[in-house]
This record gives sequence, structure tokens and C-alpha cells, in this order.
Amino acid sequence: MSQESVQTNKQPAILEVEDLNLYYGAAQALKNVSLSMLRNHVTAFIGPSGCGKSTLLRCLNRMNDLIDSVRIEGSIKLDNQEITGNATDVISLRRRVGMVFQQPNPFPKSIYENIVYGLRIAGVNDKATLDETVERSLKGAAIWNEVKDRLHESALGLSGGQAQRICIARAIANAPDVLLMDEPASALDPLSTLKIEELIDELKEKYSIVIVTHNMQQAARVSDSTAFFYLGELIEMGNTKKIFTNPEKKQTEDYITGRFG
Amino acid sequence: MKNYWKRGEPMVLAAGATLAAILFMTITLMAVILGNSLGYFWVKGLVEYTLNDGSHIMGQVTGKELHALTNAKRVQLKVANRDIYGQDFRWIDESDIKGQSVPKEAYLLDRMEHGNFFGFLKELKGADGTLLNPDPEMLRKLSTDLRRQESALKDIKKKMSDLNQASEVIRLKIAKLEYRNAEANGAAIASLNEKRNNITEQFDLLKDELNSRQQELAKTTATFVDASGTAKEFALLDILNIHQPNKMSLLDKVWVYAGKIGELLFDDPRESNTEGGLFPAIFGTVMMVILMSLFSMPFGVIAAIYLREYAREGRLVQLVRIAVNNLAGVPSIVYGVFGLGFFVYGIGGSLDKFFFPERLPTPVFGTGGILWASLTLALLTVPVVIVATEESLASIPKGIREGSLALGATKFQTLTRVLLPMATPGIMTGLVLSMARAVGEVAPLMLVGVVKMAPSLPIDGQFPFFHVDRKFMHLGFHIYDVGFQSPNVEAAKPMVYVTTLLLLLIVIAASSLAIRFRNQMRRRYTTSHF
Repeated sequence: MSQESVQTNKQPAILEVEDLNLYYGAAQALKNVSLSMLRNHVTAFIGPSGCGKSTLLRCLNRMNDLIDSVRIEGSIKLDNQEITGNATDVISLRRRVGMVFQQPNPFPKSIYENIVYGLRIAGVNDKATLDETVERSLKGAAIWNEVKDRLHESALGLSGGQAQRICIARAIANAPDVLLMDEPASALDPLSTLKIEELIDELKEKYSIVIVTHNMQQAARVSDSTAFFYLGELIEMGNTKKIFTNPEKKQTEDYITGRFG
Repeated sequence: MKNYWKRGEPMVLAAGATLAAILFMTITLMAVILGNSLGYFWVKGLVEYTLNDGSHIMGQVTGKELHALTNAKRVQLKVANRDIYGQDFRWIDESDIKGQSVPKEAYLLDRMEHGNFFGFLKELKGADGTLLNPDPEMLRKLSTDLRRQESALKDIKKKMSDLNQASEVIRLKIAKLEYRNAEANGAAIASLNEKRNNITEQFDLLKDELNSRQQELAKTTATFVDASGTAKEFALLDILNIHQPNKMSLLDKVWVYAGKIGELLFDDPRESNTEGGLFPAIFGTVMMVILMSLFSMPFGVIAAIYLREYAREGRLVQLVRIAVNNLAGVPSIVYGVFGLGFFVYGIGGSLDKFFFPERLPTPVFGTGGILWASLTLALLTVPVVIVATEESLASIPKGIREGSLALGATKFQTLTRVLLPMATPGIMTGLVLSMARAVGEVAPLMLVGVVKMAPSLPIDGQFPFFHVDRKFMHLGFHIYDVGFQSPNVEAAKPMVYVTTLLLLLIVIAASSLAIRFRNQMRRRYTTSHF
């Protein structure tokens, strides 16, 4: 089955961005960006620093709300529901769109409490549910075997790679539809990076993943489709294989072959 | 040479030297305080001097120095016997001294009044007027007997104080009824008055009994003579402790020393605070600081949370922040004046008007008290808490906040579940600093509730047990009062050092508790990687 037919038929877009313009005060960070991300697909955003890829990612779960000067025009739809604008319930949106950050950021709590954090703040305190979620999430993040004997020890004692997988487990404990990853492996050693990449491959069975990365090999390894951004504009988007072997635009080719960026 | 300066070694040296200087000053200060206070309770031996003019004088050597003008060596002697000599201390030129001896039989007496007495036992008289054998054993036996009989009077004293209280309660009830409507409540008032008269009668009976029994006890007397032979008769009841310092073994002295420390910590002061214990002052200080923390902590933390997490950064927030920082620099006496005007007269006065109109013009809350004092000090220390809390909130990595928000937490949930626990060590630091500052303040307290001598503690067995309107004693004020307002400065000097030492110990105890708690928190909340 070819990649094209998969995209169009069985896996409709879960996230659709249309004519998105984003301003930090007077400066425009995203210019007329339109793209769609497919269900159970890994979509990679690549591009040089400051090209707006992280900014776009943070629009998808409204993390940009935290910055006062940000103004957004255009539309973003999650499962055909508009998520920009004041009518959106940001809390439930963020529960549906989980996020993993560049620096592993476990809370100074036990591993167990880290995982159930999302449930606790939603008011779930039933012990059986919590236990079951912890096991499922840790297994889902491929770290269950490493930490199952010390669930009640502080999560701060873990190595960087383990901590990052705890953060992934914490995100999938909320049972999101989409998982956003903002350079999830850039602070990790090669071995931990490999584990995270393998994990991403497993996770796409259940979740749609959007990943921002600086590492082009990583994008080539883990993603199904790739979007290349430059100076706030979406230059090219398509099947990863195609982007990396036969890009349409000159800029894309220059970036991928390492001539700039 | 140029390189030497470039490498920055002189700066390192300067930094080290500064630190050494600071350490030296701190250690010197501690040494002065410890040296002057620890020796205070040690029972020093008595020395008897024979002077060139043939007179005798006995006392404890407290110092030796060269006279500033004549350059003659002289000795400072604590001669005690204030009621005979008029002063406790005397300077004696060494050239005047013909001989000295250490009389084994010399006595050191702690008296209820007039300080110590140094002398020799001459006569003992029993309660029935018979002369008894004047030897140390007999003296000791009589004294312990009397103490036992006196403690039997405690029951009567307790009954009297209960009656007194009951009478006061009724008096206030009557005042209230009269204030509301004297005519309509006439019957009730009359019956209350009768009750009160009853109580007064009982009280008077008990008082007479107490007086007569005390007089009976006072009949046992001892006559002592000082070194020059002047005799003085005391009721044995007025002598608290009897020692013969030149006969005491080291162990005896250690025992007495420990006893005096116990007295210091747990007894009430005597003789305008220069003798006896410091318990009410210790209690007042600790309670005031605890109350102060109860007020300043929540307010400071909440204010800091608002400033750091919710308020939109702008000119107004900047202004508030500057104001908070400047507040920490306002002279503390200004806070005292503010506390007096706002808390005592403003709030306290209004409370009195609404709740205790019948007692006016006698104030209940409209006068200084421990509540107003702790509120005033809370105002003084709240900037420290605000600044410390803000700093520790600001130092939490952005990723932690975003991580929590990205999981669907609200700002408030993020604050209470993640940020505040992480900020606790910083908040504790603020608390330590604010407590240290509050313990040391005296000036504002003098305006809003500290007194030289408080008749009762702010917590006691009387309903409602917790009397925040009461005035209280404070170690800092005690230092000022004993050191500078006391009629007998030389005798009070060691007490000033002892009080200072206690105040320091309280600060050290409080801050080490808080620091321990902080370190525990820090161990839990510091990140090990990054």
C-alpha cells in the first residue's frame, strides 16, 4: 500500500492548521501556515532555529496563552473542532493534546505521583484506577521494568533519559489523542535518544505524534511526514522519504544537505 | 606583577580577609557574652580583708584594675549587704590592705529583698522565742521546715486568687447590667452584689488567716553579723538560699549552679528584675514571635504569590514591589508609632467601644497587648517574607510550570501542587530571617504592649486561657530595663549578659529548627540532573 493512499483514505487529518498567522507583539513569527497532521502518524517539524516550528507546536495545545504579547489569526482544528478563540476549554484541550518538553521536567514528587498528576488534578482519586493507569502508562513509555520496584521514590533521582520517558508516561496517562514533542531527545545521550525514538515508533499505534527536531537523521528515522519551516513560513511538507530524497524546493534541499541552518 | 593582579588573587585574599574579620567579630561578641554570663551563677568564695585602719571587710572579688588617675592597683569587691552599706560594690586600693583570709564559716544568703548578705551566723531564735544552737545544721533544718510550712499556705493563696477572680467576673457582670439598664435589671444586680459581698467576706477571712500564719512563720529568726560586727536580724522565711561558699566542694557548687539555671529558666523575677528568673520574659518573647509568624507568614506568602504569579507586570506592580522593599527599611520605632495609632487606639479602641462599653474608660483591647505587638512586628517583617517567597517562586524552572499546565492543570492547581511545595525552602529562609529580626526588636514593642513586670502570662488556666489582650514581658526589653533603668547597675550587669545569652539561644534554637525543616524540604525538591 503506498503512502499516498494511506494518507488520503484510512487516516483522515486529526489536526488541521489553516492560514495561521502569529505575532509576538509587532513581530510576526508564523506567516500563513496551512498544513494537516494525520491520525496515528508521526509528523516532524524541521527548520533552522527561530523558524517558528516550536511556536507552531505550542499553538496546538495553546501553550502560547502563557505569553501575554502573543496574537493569533487563522484556524486550528482538532478533529474538526476549532481550538483557537476564547470558546475553547483550554484545560480539556491540553488533556487531549499532551506535550513533552526539551528538558525532562519531572515534578519533585514520587514517580507514582508524577504519573497520576493529570488524574489527580482532574479529581480522580480511586486507588485501583490510579494503579492501573500507572502500570499502563509506564509500560506504554517502555520504562515499567526499570522503575516498577521504586514507584514511590522521587522522580528526581532518575537519569535524563529515564526522566524523559517518565514525562512521556505522564503525558499518555491522560489518554490524549495527540502527543506533541518539542525536541524530546536533544538533551539526552545517544543511547537514551535511541530508546526515545523506538518508543515514538511504538506510540504512533495509539497516538498521533507531532515532533519538533533539530536532528535531521532523527526526523528521517521516526517520522512519516515532514514539514520544513523557514523564517516563519512553511516551505514544504510531504512524505518524509520524499522530502529527504527528492525535495521540491531548493531551500529544503539546501537545508537538508547541510548547506545552511 | 601585572599577572598577579590579573589572576585576581588580591581579590580572593581580600574576600578571605573580610570573612576572617567577620568571623573574628562574631566570635569576640559571643566570647564576651558567654564570659560575662556563664560565670554569674557560679558561687564565688568569700574573702575577708583586714584594712590598714583596722576595719574588716568581706566579699567576692569581681575585678582588679589600675586606677586611671593614680595608677594604683585596686580590687573591686562585691560586699553585698545593701541594706547596711547602701551599695553592693566597693573599690579597695591594694595599698590599704593589711591582710586577707578565707573564713570557712562565712555565709552567703540569697534574700527576698536587698540582694545577698555576706556574714556570720550569731543567733537563732525559734518560733516560741527560745534561743537555739546557732550551727549550720540547725539553720538548715529550721529553713527547710519553714519552706515546707510555707508551701502549705499555697492552698490558701490559690483559694484567694480564685475568689478574687470570681469577684472580678461578677463585678464585670454588674457593670454590664448597669450599663444596659440599671433599673430594669435592679433585682439581678442586687443579687449579684450580694454574691459579691459574700465572696469578699470569704476572701477577707482567708486573708486574715494567711496573715496570721505568715506572721507565725516569721517569728523564727536568725541574727547574722557582717565582717565589721554589725548585727542584723532576719525572719528566716525571707532567706531563700543559704550557702557557705568557702566550705562547699566543687560538686556542691556545680549543683547550686544547675539549680540557679533552673531558677533562671522557670521562675519569676525578683527585686525589679535584677534577681530571680526570666520565665515570663522567655515565655512572652517566644509567644510573641510565634504569633507574629502566624500573621506574617500567610500574608507575606499570599502577597508574594499574587505579585509573582497573577499580577500583570507593569508600573503598578513595580511600584508595589519598590514599596515593599522600602518598607523593610523604615525605622522600627515608626512601626511602633503606627501600631499604637492604628492597632491599639484605632482597632483596639473600636473593639472596646463595641464589645466592652461598660468597662470604659478602662481599656481592654484599647491598650498595648501581645496581640497588637505581634501584629506590629508582623507588619515589620512581612517584607522579608514577601521578598524571600518571590525569589524562590522566581527560581523554579519554567519547564516545571509548563509541564504542569500542559497536563491540563489550572494555574491554581499548579501553584498549590507543584510550585508552593518547591518554594517552601525559600519561604522557610524568609521565616528564619523575619523571626531573627522580630526577636531583636525592642523599640516598637515599648509602645504597643511590653512591660517591665507583667502580673500574669498571656496563657494561663483562666477562661478563655489565651489572653491576647494582656501585656507581656520580653527579653529584649528586659535587657534595656535591667541594664539602663535599674537602680543598681553594677549588680544588674551580669543579668544583662545572661538575658542577652538567652535571647541569642532562642534565636539560634528557632532558626536551627527552621533550617532543619528547610534542608529536609530541599532534599526532597532539588533536582539531581540538568
